[in-house]
Amino acid sequence: MSVATASVPTSRAMPTGASLRRNRRWALWASYFFLILFAIFFLAPPYYMVVTALKTDGEMAKLATNPWFIYDGVTLDQFRILLYNTDFLIFFKNTIIVTVCVVAITMVVSVLAAFALGRMRFWGSSILATGIFLTYLVPDTLLFIPMFQIVKSIGLLNSYWGMVLVYPTLTVPFCTWIMIGYFQSIPKELDEAALIDGAGHMQMLLKIFIPVALPGIIAAMIFAFTVSWAAFVYPMAFLYSSDQQVLTVGTVTSLIRGDVYKWGMLMAGALLAAAPPLVIYAFLMDYYIAGLTAGATKG
Amino acid sequence: MADTVQTWGSTVPEKAVAKPNKMQKFLRQRSTIAFLMCLPLILIIVCLVIYPAFYSIYLSMLNKAQTRFIGLGNFTFLMSRDTFWQVVAQSTIFALSAVFFKALIGLVTAHLVNNLPAKGQRKWRGMLLVPWVIPLALSTLGWWWMFDPTNSAFNYTLRSLGFDGIPWLSDPYWARFSVILVNVWYGAPFFLIMYLAALKSVPEQLYEAASIDGASAWQKFIHITLPMMRNIIAITVLFSLIVTFANFDIVQIMTAGGPRNMTHMFATYAFLLGIRSGDLPLGAATSLFMFPILAVAAIFILRGVRKRGREIG
Repeated sequence: MSVATASVPTSRAMPTGASLRRNRRWALWASYFFLILFAIFFLAPPYYMVVTALKTDGEMAKLATNPWFIYDGVTLDQFRILLYNTDFLIFFKNTIIVTVCVVAITMVVSVLAAFALGRMRFWGSSILATGIFLTYLVPDTLLFIPMFQIVKSIGLLNSYWGMVLVYPTLTVPFCTWIMIGYFQSIPKELDEAALIDGAGHMQMLLKIFIPVALPGIIAAMIFAFTVSWAAFVYPMAFLYSSDQQVLTVGTVTSLIRGDVYKWGMLMAGALLAAAPPLVIYAFLMDYYIAGLTAGATKG
Repeated sequence: MADTVQTWGSTVPEKAVAKPNKMQKFLRQRSTIAFLMCLPLILIIVCLVIYPAFYSIYLSMLNKAQTRFIGLGNFTFLMSRDTFWQVVAQSTIFALSAVFFKALIGLVTAHLVNNLPAKGQRKWRGMLLVPWVIPLALSTLGWWWMFDPTNSAFNYTLRSLGFDGIPWLSDPYWARFSVILVNVWYGAPFFLIMYLAALKSVPEQLYEAASIDGASAWQKFIHITLPMMRNIIAITVLFSLIVTFANFDIVQIMTAGGPRNMTHMFATYAFLLGIRSGDLPLGAATSLFMFPILAVAAIFILRGVRKRGREIG
């Protein structure tokens, strides 16, 4: 093929240009077509959850109408039952407390460590950086049983403060890892200028590095937030009374009473519980994606 | 701000002249400060990752009441059970097939999005990433409801198209298929984002040069895109392999390991033995079986990330 184009370059130039454009348009329409198929696959479950949450129990029990649509009118009853008759708001409050604490702890620990590792080389710093990356790869399901014993021995079993203690193992390594990358990308001249002006290390961190690396800090915060909001294994293993329960486990276990599945209410709960991460994603998508992709690039 | 900087500048040398204390000097040293800054992180890793890891090994060698040391008894007991080998098989099938389809769908969708005009890409990317953003436990609940045999979405749709309803979660093989499907749905967007970022980083000139040489779209993909993305594909696949292999949420919520223990993974089986049945040592032993596989994947990821770091410079 390359030989053909090389031998007759001028005579072919015009038609290839036109057919190329036609090919492009075809490729574009095909792309749209398949993307719509994938979008249906990706968005069908959340759509169905919304539809279910807005239906009356009567319509759901009838089994006659197409379940993908609402026929008997939209109702917010499911949300009302959820908020007034269940412990959902307690789960919500607990999750907020845990998440706020975990994000705060994570940011302090990982920004300090990342600053030291990214900017001030010291004995063992590269080993430590590698160790941090390896801990990030340790899944929570590998250590939840010894953790159970440890949390129990401290007396934090069945307390959401136990979650505040163990979640940082899931958030801190990755946040540190991406913050090291962000701090290393800041030009060396900035710290030299600060040192000449007589700034100490802490001042340098607070007045130069944190403001300059703010996008990275936001990305890391979003990561810590989503991880501790969505964590499931630890609360499933460590929490059992509903006044201490968090949203993910609470919605999945406590809202199901006996064999009767109140699907409308369950879906309403799942949607409300998923709302905060979705809202953050909607407003800060670029930071969210930056945090996601940073893990595999240079740290 | 200027004030604080000045006071810093004036007080520090004064103190140093007045009192050349060894301790103070040590504390002001760069490496000491750096170490102190890392201390909280080191404490977290040592107390909550390394210590539990070794404690787990110790724990797995005790009997159920944790009163007696039984060596490798728990491990040999597990290996003599058929259910355990089912868990090994299911975890392997689950991880390999889910990761394969996630990577495939991710690669295809990344190319499709990349084909679009730049303005529309953001919107599509934003829409397609939604499954990844919803906490997995909650979306799994939604899937569970869609799989409901009697009055749910899938079987209604199948019946209205003239097919029989499928016992999604009560037939062992359909249950295996269902949990894998949910994992693919959840994880494919992550691959999409990673591959899209990688596609953007391939220099445009390479494609232009290939076009001039008359390369077809397929040739460009095989000879330019794939080699340029090889490293990121490897990292993403290995990373996803770890996460998928250790997955807990989907199986725990949808089937809790059933029917007939056919969908149990390491994590859910460890949960059943360790937490539900109260045999912590046996549960710890089950979890530890994941370790060698995860360690191998981790080593390869580390190599890939290092190489990528050098490539970027």
